[in-house]
Amino acid sequence: MNVSLYVWQRGTAIVMAPMVAVHLVAIFYAAGHGMTAAEILSRTRGSIGWAAFYGLFVVAASVHAAIGLSNVLGEWTPLRRRGAGMIAVVFGVILFAFGMRAVGAVTWP
Amino acid sequence: MTAPTTKPMPADTHESAGDPWQSGARLRWSALRPEHRKHLLWLAALLHRLSGLGLALFLPLHFIALGLALDGEARLDGFLRWTEAPLVKLSEGVLVFLLSAHALSGLRVLAIENLAWHGHQKWLALAAIIFAAALAVLFLANTL
Repeated sequence: MNVSLYVWQRGTAIVMAPMVAVHLVAIFYAAGHGMTAAEILSRTRGSIGWAAFYGLFVVAASVHAAIGLSNVLGEWTPLRRRGAGMIAVVFGVILFAFGMRAVGAVTWP
Repeated sequence: MTAPTTKPMPADTHESAGDPWQSGARLRWSALRPEHRKHLLWLAALLHRLSGLGLALFLPLHFIALGLALDGEARLDGFLRWTEAPLVKLSEGVLVFLLSAHALSGLRVLAIENLAWHGHQKWLALAAIIFAAALAVLFLANTL
């Protein structure tokens, strides 16, 4: 077991736990208050708060998902630590790039 | 003293359910589903892992969809209209379940690893699953 990866995965989990709760509330709120592009973007465009919140969420989720994926690949596939790690890093980088693009797309004024 | 001519058959107990294809033995169906896989906490751990994988597969698509806003509201609106389809809404309900279940079972893992042992793990795991399902049902009730 890699202690550093263990700590990062648990740490990002702790960071994300309350963020998931906020995100679920946001999902329910959006579902009840309009889900057109104009309605969604009117709530998020120009908001530094939402940009910071979801920016942090993307960073934490990218790290957490990549480490989790590495664990699953190492346990459920013939891949060993190096191969699983490489795939996980690529996945994490992709998630981060697309995620930050999405945050910019909905919060940039 | 002569050597035994047949391999001793293992006792048909769950403790010896290692290799179901032991030579000379008939296939023991119980070995394909060892006892621990019927345990609620094992199933909860499997749900935690599968929900994590499901969310990991969904996230890039979610980010790509939100990125459509870069091409203008009309582009994003076109996609959002597609999500109004009942099957898509049902899938969104499943995603709400996966997110809630993964987060709640993750909290249980953190509690096990960092707090004093709590004996009612089965109840906690069951409560997490039921609460996640209730959230999903509530979401679908609000949107369908």
